[in-house]
Amino acid sequence: MAKIWSLLILIFTTMTMMTGCDSKLAVLDPKGPQAATQAHDILLSIYIMSFIVIVVFGFLVYMLIKYRASKQREDYEPPHIEGSAVVEAICVGIPVLIVIYLSIVSVQSNYKVEATPQGYEDKAPLIIYASSSNWKWHFSYPEEGIETVNYLYIPTDRALEFKLYSYGPITSFWIPQLGGQKYAMSDMVTTLHLAADVPGEYMGRNANFNGRGFAENTFHVQAMSEAEFAEWIKEVKETAEPLTEETFEALLAPGHVGQETFTGTHLEFSPAPEGENSGHDHGGKDSADHSQPTLHH
Amino acid sequence: MDYFDRFAVPHPSFGIYASMVAIALTVIGIIVGITYYKKWGYLWREWLTTVDHKRIGIMYLISALLMLFRGGVDAILMRAQLAVPENTLLDAQHYNEIFTTHGIVMIIFMAMPFIMAFMNVVVPLQIGARDVAFPRLNALSFWLFFMGAMLLNISFVIGGSPDAGWSSYFPLASNEFSESVGTNYYMFALQISGLGTLMTGINFITTILKMRAPGMTLMKMPMFTWSALVTNIIIVFAFPVLTVALLMGSMDRLFATNFFTTSNGGMDMLWANLFWVWGHPEVYILVLPAFGIYSEVISTFARRNLYGYKSMVASMVIISLLSFLVWTHHFFTMGQGALTNSIFSITTMAIAVPTGIKIFNWLFTLWRGKIVFTVPMLYSLGFIPIFTIGGVTGVMLGLSAADYQYHNTMFLVAHFHLVIIPGVVFAMLAGLTYYWPKMFGFMLNERIGKWAFWFISISTCVAFFPMFLSGLDGQARRMYTYSEATGFGFWNMVSFIGAMGLAVGFALIVYNVYYSARYASREIGSDPWDARSLEWATHNPVPAYNFAIVPHVASTEAFWDSKKKGHVLFPGDYAKIHMPNNSGVPFVMSSIFFVWGFSFVFGMWIPVILTTIGIFACMAHRSWEEDHGHYLSVEEIERTEEQLRGA
Repeated sequence: MAKIWSLLILIFTTMTMMTGCDSKLAVLDPKGPQAATQAHDILLSIYIMSFIVIVVFGFLVYMLIKYRASKQREDYEPPHIEGSAVVEAICVGIPVLIVIYLSIVSVQSNYKVEATPQGYEDKAPLIIYASSSNWKWHFSYPEEGIETVNYLYIPTDRALEFKLYSYGPITSFWIPQLGGQKYAMSDMVTTLHLAADVPGEYMGRNANFNGRGFAENTFHVQAMSEAEFAEWIKEVKETAEPLTEETFEALLAPGHVGQETFTGTHLEFSPAPEGENSGHDHGGKDSADHSQPTLHH
Repeated sequence: MDYFDRFAVPHPSFGIYASMVAIALTVIGIIVGITYYKKWGYLWREWLTTVDHKRIGIMYLISALLMLFRGGVDAILMRAQLAVPENTLLDAQHYNEIFTTHGIVMIIFMAMPFIMAFMNVVVPLQIGARDVAFPRLNALSFWLFFMGAMLLNISFVIGGSPDAGWSSYFPLASNEFSESVGTNYYMFALQISGLGTLMTGINFITTILKMRAPGMTLMKMPMFTWSALVTNIIIVFAFPVLTVALLMGSMDRLFATNFFTTSNGGMDMLWANLFWVWGHPEVYILVLPAFGIYSEVISTFARRNLYGYKSMVASMVIISLLSFLVWTHHFFTMGQGALTNSIFSITTMAIAVPTGIKIFNWLFTLWRGKIVFTVPMLYSLGFIPIFTIGGVTGVMLGLSAADYQYHNTMFLVAHFHLVIIPGVVFAMLAGLTYYWPKMFGFMLNERIGKWAFWFISISTCVAFFPMFLSGLDGQARRMYTYSEATGFGFWNMVSFIGAMGLAVGFALIVYNVYYSARYASREIGSDPWDARSLEWATHNPVPAYNFAIVPHVASTEAFWDSKKKGHVLFPGDYAKIHMPNNSGVPFVMSSIFFVWGFSFVFGMWIPVILTTIGIFACMAHRSWEEDHGHYLSVEEIERTEEQLRGA
């Protein structure tokens, strides 16, 4: 028995070490501040949890070796033990302390990943509208006035603020090396704060199951310096075709397409579901335009 | 779609045609067999109309085992498809249907009836009762569950299986994105079996609160009964949410309402919320009875009383409360903001504390014990380390900022399998082996059982540990294929090997049943494990009335006291016993429910109306029926008791 448990411990320790040392695992090889925060939390929790696992394994192995029937007298009668307040207090106390510590870490990280990434506060973030349709990603750069399909170019000197929504089922926008994912839904816009520290190519995908084309629902991410990014914008503006309403409608039809580039964005004729365009706008104080009647009045 | 097109399988393949033939042949085989051996009368009298909790338990058990193999085949197909990159064994649509039905079958139609089987067989015996509070309602619960399960299973060959995941998130599950009738099956199969579960909840709460043996106060109930009580309370609070969510989903699909649609004010995140308000408590509905079984098994084979009884009860009650306060952790990534995520992150991690108490209490039950390594004990001991790994990764997932990276990945898949397999499946296999002699009068072979245990526990680790790594490397769940460049191939091949090992383990269990049925001794007495609680104080086989004299209880281990301390368990003399009559109404009514559900799935409104009338007619029949049960006379009881004692 003990051999098997030590084997299990060995497997788990090896796995922990592999996750610790093998920097190839995408999530543990962060290329941006948000992903770094998350990788830090993940490794921290792996260490704390390994401690708990080792304690439990230790207790179990000890009990199994010491108190197996084959080790005891034939006539041994185990005693009746009700339990002890001190032991219970320890079994509650230590986990409570661990949970309190992890809660503090968790809350701090929550506020970090839901704000402009640290170290990038000096410049206004680059706003990109990322919308999904079955089974594509549309990236609109409203400031630059361009739009791409299934690929994303980003500068490394600015924070990125993704405005996510979906033309269809719920999807989840995820670039593991830059930071965790967030849902894109049809009746509201969610915001994901990311930043890339270093130039490079990264994998991006929809992580939330959305039907037949889900497996191939990926996009290519290229992070580059400020100058290269400006150069790319200029080039797109000179060479790409404008995005018309008809082209966009055709793009929304279910299916897969390659990478495409346009000038102009679909936001002009098919605005994102935010403000008065959201699925649940009740015409409150914030909406500037009351000319559009809503169902709720 | 044309009317008749909807009945055809939308994406037929050789496998589906082969299954159609296999299903048809099996059905014909069963009918011919029963007719040839003239067993229709026996089947009707002893099983289809029974209201005996022990028989209903056995029928739950058989259904659960059948569904375990259906869900297991799904699992192997999935692992085979993903074993190598760019595999073409299954196409995207098939893979989507298979992982969807794998989830539904394993949770709703395997794990649920498995726990129901043990609650039915064990709880009335453990509390010294003669049956549950409402025996006929209990039969109705079973048959509703059974018809729900059958309804889902025929989707495979008539009209197509659901394909939007077991959580069936709208708007993906709406008509717009899921055109086949698959999701209609999901809505009505879960609705019908869910009604059965809700009735079970009410039935068992009443049974446990009102029908305990004299002297058995709440704090003297065996731990499995406590877990059943807490579980059924969770059922009664959680299942109505599912009922309403399924109703709204059905209305969206059949009557063009807009609860969850992408337009006309529909709210696409509403389904996810409703689903998990039920779905998270559901996890504890499954795992708490499993904890109850572990408590019984560990204490029996450590030859010691359960350590920390009071804190075991308290921790279950705390878990049941917390289970309703964590549902948002299933979608930390929905964009609720840092404050909401922080609150649910803390409540989620807090569940680790009461769960940890239980783990340590089991470990301390071993302390100063005299541990015997029987098959049920092996599952219970194997549960502790594997479940601990699954559990602590749950705490990791509870760190909401980090969850943005784990969400929707294989890391999550590894976590919940490493919680549910040791937490629920191991407990069910422990319970199966432990209670097998109580249910069938012989014991399962220990040697084959141990082989099966080692195959299953090691293969579980081999199959699911690699998913932690491929998840952290960016493998999303529910992808039907991946390219070689991703580098996921190695980990998925290891998983596939683990899945094959699991298949061998379960095949060994089947062989064990066959082998033991054929060769095992029937002379095992009524207490083969030298156990501690009341269910072992009955004769074997258990007579219909369970206890000839109602037992008197003075501690949590009344039977142990009677064996070791001279406690008198059965004081007094025989008296006539009131027993419920059998009834065919639950079976008939549930069969009508099956047709009702099927008619809704295809929108056949005339049969819907007729069956609805039929259902109300059954209820009216019950309301005006004169059925006061029957009495067993003292002579009859004496005769039965003598016979059983002689045996």
